[in-house]
Amino acid sequence: MDLSYAEVRYIAKLARLELSEKEVESYTAQLSTVLEYMQQLDELNLKDVEPLTHVFQMQNVFREDKVAMSLPQKQILQNGPEVQSGHFKVPQIL
Amino acid sequence: MNYEPVIGLEVHVELKTNTKLFCGCSTVFGIEANTQVCPVCLGLPGTLPVINAKAIEFAAKVGLALNCTVATHSKMDRKNYFYPDLPKAYQISQYDQPLNMNGYLEISSSSGTKRIKIVRIHLEEDAGKLVHAGGKAGRLDASEYSLVDYNRGGVPLVEIVSAPDLNSGEEAYEYLTSLKNILLYIGVSDCNMEEGSLRCDANVSVHPKGSSVLGTKVEVKNMNSFKFCKQAIEYEIKRQIARLENHEAILQESRLWDITENKTRVMRSKEEAHDYRYFPEPDLVPIILSSEWIDGIKESLPELPSEKQKRFIQSYQLSEYDAKVLVNDQSIAAWYELAVQAYPTNAKGIANWMMGDLAAQLNENKTDIFKLKIEPQHLAELVELIDQNVISSKQAKDIFLEMFQTGQFPKMIVKSKNLIQINDPLIIEQAISKIINEYSQIVQQYKSGKQSVFGFLVGKTIQATDGKANPKMVNEMLKKNLDV
Amino acid sequence: MNLEQLSLTEISKKISNHEVSSVEVTENLIRHIEKTEPALHSFITVTADLALDAARKFDEMNIKGESFLLGGVPIAIKDLLCTKNIKTTCASRMLENFVPPYTATAVEKIEQAGGIIIGKTNMDEFAMGSSTETSYFGKTRNPWDLDCVPGGSSGGSASSVAAHQAYAALGSDTGGSIRQPAAFCGIVGLKPTYGMVSRFGLIAFASSLDQVGPMTKTVEDAALLMNVLSGYDSKDSTSAQVPISDFVMPLKKNLKGMKIGVPKEFFIDGMDLEVKASIEKAITQLEQLGCTMIPVSLPHTKYSLSVYYIIAPAEASSNLGRYDGVRYGLRTPGDNLNQMYEKTRSSGFGAEVKRRIMLGTYTLSSGYYDAYYLKAMKVRRLIKSEFDQVFQKVDCLVTPTTPTPAFRFGEKTQNPLSMYLADIFTISINIAGVPAISIPCGFSKNKPIGLQLIGKPFEESTILQVAYQYEQSTLSNQLKPNLKKIEEFSKNEL
Repeated sequence: MDLSYAEVRYIAKLARLELSEKEVESYTAQLSTVLEYMQQLDELNLKDVEPLTHVFQMQNVFREDKVAMSLPQKQILQNGPEVQSGHFKVPQIL
Repeated sequence: MNYEPVIGLEVHVELKTNTKLFCGCSTVFGIEANTQVCPVCLGLPGTLPVINAKAIEFAAKVGLALNCTVATHSKMDRKNYFYPDLPKAYQISQYDQPLNMNGYLEISSSSGTKRIKIVRIHLEEDAGKLVHAGGKAGRLDASEYSLVDYNRGGVPLVEIVSAPDLNSGEEAYEYLTSLKNILLYIGVSDCNMEEGSLRCDANVSVHPKGSSVLGTKVEVKNMNSFKFCKQAIEYEIKRQIARLENHEAILQESRLWDITENKTRVMRSKEEAHDYRYFPEPDLVPIILSSEWIDGIKESLPELPSEKQKRFIQSYQLSEYDAKVLVNDQSIAAWYELAVQAYPTNAKGIANWMMGDLAAQLNENKTDIFKLKIEPQHLAELVELIDQNVISSKQAKDIFLEMFQTGQFPKMIVKSKNLIQINDPLIIEQAISKIINEYSQIVQQYKSGKQSVFGFLVGKTIQATDGKANPKMVNEMLKKNLDV
Repeated sequence: MNLEQLSLTEISKKISNHEVSSVEVTENLIRHIEKTEPALHSFITVTADLALDAARKFDEMNIKGESFLLGGVPIAIKDLLCTKNIKTTCASRMLENFVPPYTATAVEKIEQAGGIIIGKTNMDEFAMGSSTETSYFGKTRNPWDLDCVPGGSSGGSASSVAAHQAYAALGSDTGGSIRQPAAFCGIVGLKPTYGMVSRFGLIAFASSLDQVGPMTKTVEDAALLMNVLSGYDSKDSTSAQVPISDFVMPLKKNLKGMKIGVPKEFFIDGMDLEVKASIEKAITQLEQLGCTMIPVSLPHTKYSLSVYYIIAPAEASSNLGRYDGVRYGLRTPGDNLNQMYEKTRSSGFGAEVKRRIMLGTYTLSSGYYDAYYLKAMKVRRLIKSEFDQVFQKVDCLVTPTTPTPAFRFGEKTQNPLSMYLADIFTISINIAGVPAISIPCGFSKNKPIGLQLIGKPFEESTILQVAYQYEQSTLSNQLKPNLKKIEEFSKNEL
């Protein structure tokens, strides 16, 4: 399973990671190796196997529609890298 | 060439639960920024969602009211993308197993009733709110920075996706009005477009009439009223037809409705194609609904607008138009029925008053009908007084105004102002004699054939009784007198 | 014997009997940490002042004679469990200054039981690693051999317990992150059944695999901590609604009639010979204790690594999206939003985290979902049902925890796949969601070896019982890491 540089760059973009050319190179090689290892799954016949999303069967875990205290605004914003007039501030969205 | 527009609508509706979809934060609108936020809806590391049972119930109600099949097995999925209003960088939504599928909504169109298919209705969490500031503030593409408020983040939403069954802006308008009415009836949302609790995107394409190949679809966003929705769709249809006739291609893109320019314009396209990397939400377990539970929700639904309209036509002998106007607003319909209960003899008369004088006052006062001083029993009594000839229709109009302002029963007003209609032939006869004497010249004119003065004499006679004489009797008796 | 060398059970008895105060115990421990920490670097944050405050408060309450399971005993917490007003970093530059406004359920339970938080332990960044070498805050040394890794990702928790810097520690285990470092550091580490301990406040790596668990000096201590940690939490939708049970009492039951499966797939070529010999010796010992050993087979085990490295990075790529420089954590400025995102995430995450985000983003991306994620979930079902079947025949399984003892720093960092293979014996347990414990069972070149016991879902009691009986029968073989050497090394570091 060989990944191309272009694929690695596309994935990096999707994941919002800025990669150097060197990183693109090494990730391409390393991910290819790992993906190749995973090809072993192809030898299994999975036609009639249902995917398992939760390891134990559980269902309908619900919460009552009861209001609980929110945190004070100060605590909500306390870890904010940039905060302005009660809001989180982000740079220009292009 | 003749073109046919094809429109599908995606409507997002906020459910009016007390708390958010996955945490206990309140959903009240219009609170100071970032004060209805907790570690869960801020997406703090380590926090986990727990589904609000009420949201499931409301979402199922929406599905059942729109004739959907409610899934006995559904699940939540993660939709991954980066945007500052999305605290976890994924929205918890539903992908391949939505709660509701395959419904429909009937609308009235120029060609009669039309059934618009609903493909799916799924449950998801709302995003926060961005304020674009600095530079050309308010516009995303010209602002210098944005401010994020997560109060709305995590409020439960249903997304109602229609099939591309609509063919005009007018039909889209009908669909939306009808949809909103149903949602208001079942009490799951405020459907307030100004507050963003109902939002609509349209997919619009055109193709040559008769062709089975659909045209390229354009997504139109930012339509914050049904009127704008209709205008935007109509504009978009014209724009696309013009391009096709010019042999220009339609680009698959997202466009915004610009209210200042009355046209759609291209949204700056996002940098890469969407790749949401949906996968089942591991933090939430499947939602399994029994058919008994679903039946129970179905039974709890109130009478829906279309059913009520049919019943009004049948039970109250109303025209389709009258019935539709009355059921258009759940409060008005309920008020109407209370009035009819109080005086079942003349349902049509009550309807006329509600659509006439009362509607005019409601329009002026812009308030909920149940908040008015006038009550259904009052109007019922007024109509009854007219029917019993206690007051004239003319008197009734004045009494109505008084009732509207004071909230008094009409009988009280009639009594206190001594407005009871005079039906006593002797008193009327006396007044007639007096007027015939007083206006002998005009009586002569009438007798020599000038019919038009008759009304003048009627008016004078009623005036002579302080306006209380039964106009019908005055009419008949005066005629008898003069024609002798 | 020095106070710090007592077990959790022993010290809590001493405190509740007023033989020693919580403040004395805590002060002694802080001194011991000061002497050993420069060599080991088990902690990212030592909360000495807060711990002393809490110890004082505890001593005041203790006078009133209330009883607490963990009465006044200092316990270390892996730095991915959120602690209100205490920095929680996940060993990442991304969260270097993150101070949560809330506390994880597991930590809350420790505090409610009278436990004292002594510090936040080092780990692989976002729990992604098997050696604690990917921590942004530097490596942790193995107390048994300072040139070796302590294992990972809960390496700091393991070394702190092994070197008596804490009476017990909380770890988390996604593919072996409690058991493998427990094995490498010669302590006890239990990964509970998925859903047994609340995940609320555990910074997520792979949500469907993560579990919080105890890392302790003795099996009895692990059972005691399970009494505190386990139980339903309404804040975690995947939390199991099982009746609360006592894990300590059943330890003392003998093992007569116990059926233990020995899966042949866990005894592979290339395994360390001393590891193999130790495990075989342990099996003989278990037989002598009355157990019947039954050869079994779990043929799909060989697919575990693939399944794990599809599911875990996929979930991680989604779980780690929230570190975007908007609400908390690092922000590296950029001219526009997207630049800010990319610069923040590229500078905030280390190489291994980025590698796994890339892998997970790829396997979930359009066109690849069916080939990887969906397929992995199907094989996950096969692996799980295989465990179910085997557990119809036996009460638990015995295997080595790792194929080799602790390796040297840098030995596996260049080749991700070789590092991933270090988890080969532990990950299938997370895939099946079942509980497993690692306990010391000997040494290879003076480095500890771990014995893994795998149990039926929600039957932690059984593996704890087997582990306890084995431990008690081999007490004479037990060694301690050389604390003198560690203190010497620390002096040189300073």
